[in-house]
Amino acid sequence: MSDTTALEHAAKTGPAGRAGGAKQAIALAEHVIEIVSDSGEGAQRCGQSFGAIAARMGNGIWTVEIIPAEIQPPARSIAGASGNRVRIGSRRVTNGGNEADLVVAFNEQVLLGRVRDRELKPGCIILLESMWRDHPDAKIAAAYRETCERLVKEGYDLREIPMERECKALVSDPRRGKNMFVLGMLCNLYSLDLQLARDQVAFIFGKKEEKVIKANVALLEAGYQWAESHLDFKYRVPATRAKEAQIVVNGNTALALGVLASGMEVCAMYPITPATSASHYLSEVFEKVGGVVHQAEDEIAACSFAIGASYAGKCAVTITSGPGYSLKQEAIGLAVMCEIPLVVVNVQRGGPSTGQPTKAEQGDLLAACFGSHGDAPKVVMAPSTIEDCFYSIITARKIAETFNMVVVVLSDANLATSQQPFPRPAFNEAWLAPPIDQSPVPEGAKPYDWDPLTGLARRFVPGQPNGMHTLTGLAHDRLSHVAYDPEINEEGLRYRSLKLAALQKTLKTPPVFGGEEGDLLVIGWGSTQGAIEEAVERLRAEGRRVSSLHLRFLQPMPGGIKEILKRFKQVMTIEANWCDNPEDELIDESNRRYSALAMMLRSRYLADVDCWSEVRGQGIKPDAIYRVISNKLVQGKR
Amino acid sequence: MTTRAHECLMRMYQEEHNLEDYQGSIPRWCTGCGDNAILTAVQRLCRDEKLRPEKTVFVSGIGCSSRFPHYMKTYGFHGIHGRALPIAEGIRLARPDLHVFVNTGDGDCCSIGAAHWVHAIRYNMNLTVVVHDNHIYGLTKMQASPTTPRGLKSKTTPRGATLEALNPLTVTLGIQNVSFVAQAVDWIPELVYDIISKAFHHKGCSFVRIIQRCPEFLPDLLDPWLNDPNRNLLLTHEKGMQVSAALSKVYKNQQEHDPSNLDRAREIASAEDPIPVGILYHNPAVPCYEDMRAIGQLRTPDLIRRGLEAELDKVTVWPQENAAEARP
Repeated sequence: MSDTTALEHAAKTGPAGRAGGAKQAIALAEHVIEIVSDSGEGAQRCGQSFGAIAARMGNGIWTVEIIPAEIQPPARSIAGASGNRVRIGSRRVTNGGNEADLVVAFNEQVLLGRVRDRELKPGCIILLESMWRDHPDAKIAAAYRETCERLVKEGYDLREIPMERECKALVSDPRRGKNMFVLGMLCNLYSLDLQLARDQVAFIFGKKEEKVIKANVALLEAGYQWAESHLDFKYRVPATRAKEAQIVVNGNTALALGVLASGMEVCAMYPITPATSASHYLSEVFEKVGGVVHQAEDEIAACSFAIGASYAGKCAVTITSGPGYSLKQEAIGLAVMCEIPLVVVNVQRGGPSTGQPTKAEQGDLLAACFGSHGDAPKVVMAPSTIEDCFYSIITARKIAETFNMVVVVLSDANLATSQQPFPRPAFNEAWLAPPIDQSPVPEGAKPYDWDPLTGLARRFVPGQPNGMHTLTGLAHDRLSHVAYDPEINEEGLRYRSLKLAALQKTLKTPPVFGGEEGDLLVIGWGSTQGAIEEAVERLRAEGRRVSSLHLRFLQPMPGGIKEILKRFKQVMTIEANWCDNPEDELIDESNRRYSALAMMLRSRYLADVDCWSEVRGQGIKPDAIYRVISNKLVQGKR
Repeated sequence: MTTRAHECLMRMYQEEHNLEDYQGSIPRWCTGCGDNAILTAVQRLCRDEKLRPEKTVFVSGIGCSSRFPHYMKTYGFHGIHGRALPIAEGIRLARPDLHVFVNTGDGDCCSIGAAHWVHAIRYNMNLTVVVHDNHIYGLTKMQASPTTPRGLKSKTTPRGATLEALNPLTVTLGIQNVSFVAQAVDWIPELVYDIISKAFHHKGCSFVRIIQRCPEFLPDLLDPWLNDPNRNLLLTHEKGMQVSAALSKVYKNQQEHDPSNLDRAREIASAEDPIPVGILYHNPAVPCYEDMRAIGQLRTPDLIRRGLEAELDKVTVWPQENAAEARP
């Protein structure tokens, strides 16, 4: 995809892209746009709406929330930037992309935050609210002027826009309407359909009175007109409309919709960032289909409650993030030991401890695979797209109930808050859980009658005559009687473990992206798929022999991976969890701590799997991956 | 599965149960342990109430008390330390057709599971909760529990327990939505049965604390109350517990107490000696969480499909015409 900056375009198309007086829209393959403001000024809503309108046009989009860590950070502060990044493209967009091509900022301080975080492309266009230039507070005015000078000096294409002044003509409190004015401006700048924009505004203010909708549409139109007559450039990102219906949601909403579609009836949770928005959404809609979101008194109770419901015949889900996952570990072990189906969603955030609650990280893979004391085998899956978040839950419920196992679904903050269109799911009754089995159990049947080949046993649910037994977290025999006998203990361990192998035999080898063999294979999991494949695609276009493999099942890992690894000269993982840097003085082969997946691959396949990771709390950019792979290929040649 | 007429008749015949129908493994509790008295009372209750064993679940945590489900011949769930209540709540929410009992101890309920105890009272789900309070950790061999009297020597308090004992009754009676609180003592088995029976018939979370002996670690602790019937205060009322004439001959210290009087219940609970025995509080009007959360509609695949399609309509961006068509 093209990453030409607007400046380059301007250079190519002559002054300001004007041809013969009328503005000519410059065609782009894609662009990354950011809208940032103080918290509460509506930049998030503006960005999301912009993304939704572009999606309605048929563009590929990926939106990323820019979230300050505090609820109400001080106004005009560098750390307080709140807003949205929207990557729009002609084709399907699979990740948040690289640095921004165009930024709209409601004050210069939040903008500086983005400059500091190196989120802006050199020379990118900045549309900045100009009201601060003549602010009565001399300090503020000075800070603003100083910043403007600095940004221009650094080569940014700065445009000062009197947003507040323009909005004042239309509404009494321009602070609350500015975002719609900006939305109008952006629709004009990217040649989006004004009527679609009007519909979008009507949709987001749908619950409010007509007056409110009218006022916001007026602001939208004013912004659109203002850009048309005052800005000397215009873009268009040609859209290819998908044939089938598309929906746009973020990963957490997709998870919640998946819970609904899976036929599960009980979601037990405790509030935690960034998982909670899934439960917020589910709380809104679950009751309409007879489901219950139970907000428990703590994480342990939430997990135990879900286990109780599952045990009683209604496979349940508990949704959490890192710290909550740690707290649930003992209860998860109980479900493993008693072979109760359970779906646990962990929307990963930065760790350890409280870490970075609003930031993305993939730090919980090993905790998910190997957490809980003793040998507690459980299934671990990781969705890699927003669409995957939806289908993973349906699959997870099925596996949990088929194998009487705990299935952990590892999402992360990147998927949780990003939006991407995907084909509207077509409801399938087979997604739903079957009714609870209440048929009598044959006299003398055993509650843990493990199949010697697969370890599977039919589960008896309360209400089934003749099935009475006491389930226990203690080591137990086939009758569920407490057993301290060494043979029986090993028998239980063996069969609980065998179930993973039985599941593994049903999994397909994941497809290799790129060529089937080559110089380097990059392996990833979870939300990094889009960025990795984008980088690989660019490198392959340049003739590099690099491919990638993305794992959805982390435990058990599907068969056939070893054969794939053998076909590449080098193998490395790219992950968003910590690994020691081999360049650090003390780090060598004997003490280097590898990233989680690399560690698992090294131990399973006895292959020299290297790793590179970035733990900056945000989605890894395709450019960063591009550079890493390029370097790795050079190293390999040495 | 269809049920044939003769099966229905069979079922009716089988509704009569013997005590043996509820007796699971042979209890491994110590001789003289108060848990035995509770088990006997509960098995009698199941028989008298004709509970179908497959429709009855006993949930427990960890500790001596929590071996309880193994000794029943119903469904049982011997879970993890402190979490019996949330597990039982999950079962209750999923299955209104089951009888759900919880057996927990002073450590399980009032220490490691204390958060769940407080909130279980507030949820007021239809559960019969029996706290086997022997004032000590028995299974781990004599450490102080939250209800261990101050000054008592244990493995973890060799110079005597430092803190005042926690009073489970006053705590429970202080929680919003409390609907049933009672106390029994293992040395008056007749009343253990009566009180658990009253608790079972209450719709809501019935909290029964049973003061019981631990012959292994605290053999003499409760002797003063055992040996002096007057140090047991029997709470009687037409809406509460009634005491037989035979029992009244021994336990003369009785007091009329209306279980709907919360303030008086709190006063009685605070006075620990003599030990109050009976129904301290009962309010059948407190709504149950599971009833408040029920949608009162059959959960059919079609209901789920319609719910999902309605949500998908809201987020469908293209083509919009299709979304409009899908709407009912």
